[in-house]
Amino acid sequence: MSTLTAVKPNLLSIRNVAKTFGRNVVLRDVSLETAEGEFLTILGESGSGKTTLLRIIAGFENATSGEVWMGAERLDQQPPYRRRVNTVFQHYALFPHLTVEQNVGYGLRVAKRPASEIAQRVAEALEKVKMTAHATKKPSKISGGQQQRVALARALVNRPKLLLLDEPLSALDANLRRQMQVELKSLQREVGIAFVFVTHDQEEAMVMSDRIVLLRSGELEQVATPREIYSHPATAYVAQFIGHTNLLKGEVRDGIARCGALSWKVSLPDGPALFSLRPEQLRLANSGVPGAVRVQGRVVQQAFHGATELVRVQCADGLVLVVRMASGAAVRDQLDLEFSAIDAIPVRESLERN
Amino acid sequence: MFSRTYRAAVTVPPLAWVAVFLLVPYLLMFCFSFWSVSSSQTIIHSWDFHNYKELLQKPVYWQTLLRSMGIAARVMLFSLLLGYPLAYFLSFYAGKRKDLLYQMVIIPLWVSYLVRAYAWKTILGSDGVLNTLLQYVHLTNHPLDFLLYSPFAVVLTLTHIYTPFTILPIYASLEHIPRNLVEASHDLGATPAQTFWKVVFPLSIPGVVAGATFAFVLSLGDFLAPLLLGGPSGIMISNIVVSLFGAAYDWPLGAAISLGMLFLVVSLLFLSERLENKWSFS
Repeated sequence: MSTLTAVKPNLLSIRNVAKTFGRNVVLRDVSLETAEGEFLTILGESGSGKTTLLRIIAGFENATSGEVWMGAERLDQQPPYRRRVNTVFQHYALFPHLTVEQNVGYGLRVAKRPASEIAQRVAEALEKVKMTAHATKKPSKISGGQQQRVALARALVNRPKLLLLDEPLSALDANLRRQMQVELKSLQREVGIAFVFVTHDQEEAMVMSDRIVLLRSGELEQVATPREIYSHPATAYVAQFIGHTNLLKGEVRDGIARCGALSWKVSLPDGPALFSLRPEQLRLANSGVPGAVRVQGRVVQQAFHGATELVRVQCADGLVLVVRMASGAAVRDQLDLEFSAIDAIPVRESLERN
Repeated sequence: MFSRTYRAAVTVPPLAWVAVFLLVPYLLMFCFSFWSVSSSQTIIHSWDFHNYKELLQKPVYWQTLLRSMGIAARVMLFSLLLGYPLAYFLSFYAGKRKDLLYQMVIIPLWVSYLVRAYAWKTILGSDGVLNTLLQYVHLTNHPLDFLLYSPFAVVLTLTHIYTPFTILPIYASLEHIPRNLVEASHDLGATPAQTFWKVVFPLSIPGVVAGATFAFVLSLGDFLAPLLLGGPSGIMISNIVVSLFGAAYDWPLGAAISLGMLFLVVSLLFLSERLENKWSFS
């Protein structure tokens, strides 16, 4: 686990939460802790249960079993309007009959704060998201990106302990999306509120999060920092979902892993084994490096990715490796490649579930 | 895109229909409203405003009009009070029974107006179901005569008949409210009651205005319910128009009253349209 959880006190604690809709199991036995001020991302494909988990935290769904705690307070038995949690909805859910500032002040008004305090806090919140100029407009008169900012201000103005964000950037186009990722991240640092951010975009998760929770078919696949999850994926599914990888299927016997013609030393028990080898860990053979595993193959495809390109190499025994090379590197038809044994990360087989 | 013949074939018949059966009659009415009737019961084609003058000067006309508006206003109020909660329940809480309940709102509209009006007559009459029951349980020892042949009976019947017309537009406007707005309101700390008054109700105002307009306008022009159930105290303006065009044989005055009502109704529709637009945000 990350050091974050050890240092900072726990804020939200999800304990053995399960959810079924009729016969359809959406979440099974999910347990999770978030620290104060943490940016936690729940990452998963559609249907993985990530939005349901968020809705259980917010109170829009009841868990079939399990508990949700915030500090010493049990959350899952309270209605959503009593939880000190605010949500930024996927399609913003701004009130169309209210102006931008009325939207932002909504939470304070229903809490019956004094008018002067409301005016001041709304002005501050609008300032923070750079929407002061649009304060008196109706939501239908501003752009999607601006609506996004208003939704953010409307949630943050209540100073929640925890902010939930349900794919808030998915409706924006790619450019605006990247810009908002940066802004959202720096805003989160500034206000110091814990964010639980739901997305299906692994790149977004990597860029923004302190920790990533990878959810698959309603179960936790791995919880780790972006670096950890990339460099040490726990399962074959994680390795494939986050970035590109080569999965090497082989067998371990007497401390030697064998995968087709390749073999290297490992400290693993005997039996079938699966390894993840990132494309950038493969390099052109440069004899002299001790412990390097060498492999030859024929280039079958090249895909340009800007600074790098991904080269598919057909090796002996039907093995196909994807290799990341600097763009413009002279690529011949035949390649001599190598990788270090420690870069082949053993991963668990991902079971088929449904 | 389409040939001229095709366009003519689809546009001319409806236009002709509207011209022959709406514009021409209205034009005739308009002309009639300036004419007068001689003592020998013939129409004199003299152009003056005496019918409109009579309308304003004789209390019986504008008092009846006021009473009609009062009845229509009460029908509107009761239809809203009955219709809104039902529409709200249908839209937000009916769940799987939504379609069935919706059909049950619609079904009464298939039953003839006359049948429903006569049904109330049977219920409210001095030998009717209600009076018999009240006497049987000894709540009263003689039939209550204010039940039938009174404005009460007219309001009751019209409310029964026109409530579905208010439910449908309110239901439609409630259905259009994105449910995530309700969730957002709860999320921001608003209780269910606050959410209703600050989010749901304001967003349903276009439906309320449309429903209220239906109930008011349809009741205002109604003449069967007052005829069958209203008695002398429940007479409405349309009954006067009917008798002016019938027994009284004063078509010019009848035409003047009709045009006055038409003007009133068109103004109301115009106003309600503006209100609806002001409160719609799609």
